[in-house]
Amino acid sequence: MPVNSAALIAATRLGFAARAGDLEAIGRDPRGWALAQLRRGAAPLPSNLPSSASMVVAELEMRRNKGDVEAKQAFNERVKAVYFAEISARMDAASQSETPLQERLCHFWSNHFTVSILRPAIRGYAAAFEREAIRPHVTGRFHDMLLAVVRHPAMLVYLDNAFSIGPDSMIGVRRDKGLNENLGRELLELHTLGVDGGYTQADVEALARILTGWSVATLKEPNPGSFRFRPAAHEPGAKVLLGRTYAENGEGEGQAALQALATHPATAHHIAFKLARYFIADEPPKDSVLRIAQVYRDSGGDLGRVTAAVVTEEALWRTPFAKLRTPQDMVAAAARVTGFTPPPPMLVNSLRMLDQMPFFAPSPAGWPDTAADWISPEAVLRRADWCQTFASRLPEPPDPVALAEASFGEALPDETVQAIRRAPSRRIAIALLLASPSFQRR
Amino acid sequence: MIGRRDILKLTAGSAAAFSVLGLPNAVFAALPGDRRFVVVLLRGALDGLAAVPPLADAQYQEKRGALALPAPGEADGCLALDKTFALHPALAPIFPYWQKGELLFIHASGNGYRTRSHFDGQDLMESGLSAKTGMSDGWLNRALGDLQRGNRRLGLAVGGAVPLILRGKIEVASWEPPGGLRDASPDFIAALEPLYRQDRLLGPALAEGLKAQHFSESVLGDDMQGGRGFGPKNFAPLAEAAGKLLAAPDGPRIAVLEMGGWDTHVNQGAAQGRLAQNLAGYADGLDAFAKSMGEAWRQTVVVAVTEFGRTVAVNGNDGTDHGTASVLLVMGGAVKGGRIAGDWPGLARLQDDRDLRVATDSRSVMKGVLRDHLGADGAMLDRKVFPDTGGLRPFAGLVRV
Repeated sequence: MPVNSAALIAATRLGFAARAGDLEAIGRDPRGWALAQLRRGAAPLPSNLPSSASMVVAELEMRRNKGDVEAKQAFNERVKAVYFAEISARMDAASQSETPLQERLCHFWSNHFTVSILRPAIRGYAAAFEREAIRPHVTGRFHDMLLAVVRHPAMLVYLDNAFSIGPDSMIGVRRDKGLNENLGRELLELHTLGVDGGYTQADVEALARILTGWSVATLKEPNPGSFRFRPAAHEPGAKVLLGRTYAENGEGEGQAALQALATHPATAHHIAFKLARYFIADEPPKDSVLRIAQVYRDSGGDLGRVTAAVVTEEALWRTPFAKLRTPQDMVAAAARVTGFTPPPPMLVNSLRMLDQMPFFAPSPAGWPDTAADWISPEAVLRRADWCQTFASRLPEPPDPVALAEASFGEALPDETVQAIRRAPSRRIAIALLLASPSFQRR
Repeated sequence: MIGRRDILKLTAGSAAAFSVLGLPNAVFAALPGDRRFVVVLLRGALDGLAAVPPLADAQYQEKRGALALPAPGEADGCLALDKTFALHPALAPIFPYWQKGELLFIHASGNGYRTRSHFDGQDLMESGLSAKTGMSDGWLNRALGDLQRGNRRLGLAVGGAVPLILRGKIEVASWEPPGGLRDASPDFIAALEPLYRQDRLLGPALAEGLKAQHFSESVLGDDMQGGRGFGPKNFAPLAEAAGKLLAAPDGPRIAVLEMGGWDTHVNQGAAQGRLAQNLAGYADGLDAFAKSMGEAWRQTVVVAVTEFGRTVAVNGNDGTDHGTASVLLVMGGAVKGGRIAGDWPGLARLQDDRDLRVATDSRSVMKGVLRDHLGADGAMLDRKVFPDTGGLRPFAGLVRV
């Protein structure tokens, strides 16, 4: 059956890759296929994964029993098992989903709001963050996602807000503790307005003051491990953020400030640019960014409509293969086309060797999103190593030529098809398909 | 880029569980007389005329041309096996086994089909069938069904996933070296390079990466990567590990190893070069395997087989193309070796005017080893292990009984 090349673009640019049957299922209306997904929410991951609150509690209990080596070991074992289960579930979702655009959006937004285990305290619940704060909101309102993110223990601990104390608050006065600007700064620089979004150091401090008291309940407080606003740590008095005065209103100040940030025109542009860079090209067309930002502003940050604007951008359909797949993308794509997800230790270990272990981003800015960031000579060799290693472990390697056709239709260059046909074994043929320039891009 | 200490903390302990897939709980059964049997699959089509050249065949020099190997005694010369045949100089590490009578070759061997497709050839080599069918189990797995009593396991796949030859109803264990990524093999990189050459992003990066790799190998020596890659140097550490596992009193008794790198279409080389390097890694592996088995080597038979041979004549790229018959290696302490077994069809009359003709069906060799070494039932071999091969008699006299 001849395959609509737009279907291939949809499967690879809006999903992770085409597995057998995907291109036919997408058919002649690839935009419709994508837009229909936006009307359905992202499917939840398996329910046996523990909540962040339960993992926070486990961590606090482990730390309460300081010096109990066995308890610490048991906790670390549990953290490892949970991490493996989370990464597997996330990879299975990418490789098996019927709504792969939703999964792509989860990856995008989870990276936009990076939490990283480089801060070891959150190692038990960094992945839960994506399930709890990101996944339910990828086609909802940006403001709801932002609020869920800032209230989540992983973000509150990762960017130190859980420990930020208003200097003139009750606790601040009593214990001589102070403000931590980390979350306030990254919220403005990375999550909303963007680095050129027109804010000042005074705004950073104001937002940090507004968010004092936003923390995580301890074992002695109600609902331990969940969000808790602690009035005794909240900086009293009015604050001025981006020219607007927020009268003293406890937790309500933060809610109002996040609402204002979510609908700020600079946020619209920043988000539009990042989405266009992620879905269209490393240097996306300026008019695409402007149109997406306009939809963002007009809809008040409705991410379903914003994503629909991305989907209907002509540039997305005109420039296939413009993006280099990141290592996580490559692994997800390989798992999707072959139907084989490596066992968790191998999956995690290989992502580590490819320098993109999930929830281990090097900084709050997240994983970089341009080819130049992923194309070092060593990294390209590692990709080739990975492709051959992965192919060597396929339980039953399928016919490579049929696999190439199922995942690319007629779109593979002749040279690549010939190389696959001539390969000395099925496994090397499949490794060649995965390592080929076409597969390395999306 | 990533803080390594943090990651090590998280993944510590996973390496061991990962490296011995299926082994910790596996209970292996003993075979009569505690015999061991190993099949080595040489993927990509080994040039049998290079591994065991028929130096005294009247047509050899002329038909092989630039690929003809120097005679024993000359610089880089072969090692004499008998009046007609010699051993490629790169296979020198296994020559002592020939001298001890533990190594024999069956030349001009092939399988019961004619195809020059790697994929089909390997499928048939492993399924043991004469034609492509929907059958998706391997002949060695079917043999295990007969040899294995109860639910104790005999079989082991070494190096990664279970190859077709061992797939089927009977459960087998698999073992692979610890560690995540393995270095890509030279033949894979060679196939990838032309695809990347036109790519302005990937092309220069791959070229630079390979340059850096060659440089570090030349400075550090490439032993550093032994056992961690897919290249020829990887075979010996893998084979050594397999030998230890098979030698263990409660270890597996039947194992399959795989080695690639044989598809020498370009710059095959004669006494030195690409093929010679692969042969050296192969011979080192067989030697390491034998040594690591210790006493158990005396009860062991190794058969190395490839999907087909290569053209007699050199092609336009100083290599050889897909052919028909190749050479089969039988080695082990239980082998009645030191000889070339089977008939030699000669190079005067060729298959399709280009290939060495098949004189011995490799399945008859497998049948002979299964029957005489492992005590497999003859009727089973004809009907189940290699279906519809009643006319193909087991190759007798390969092992000391």
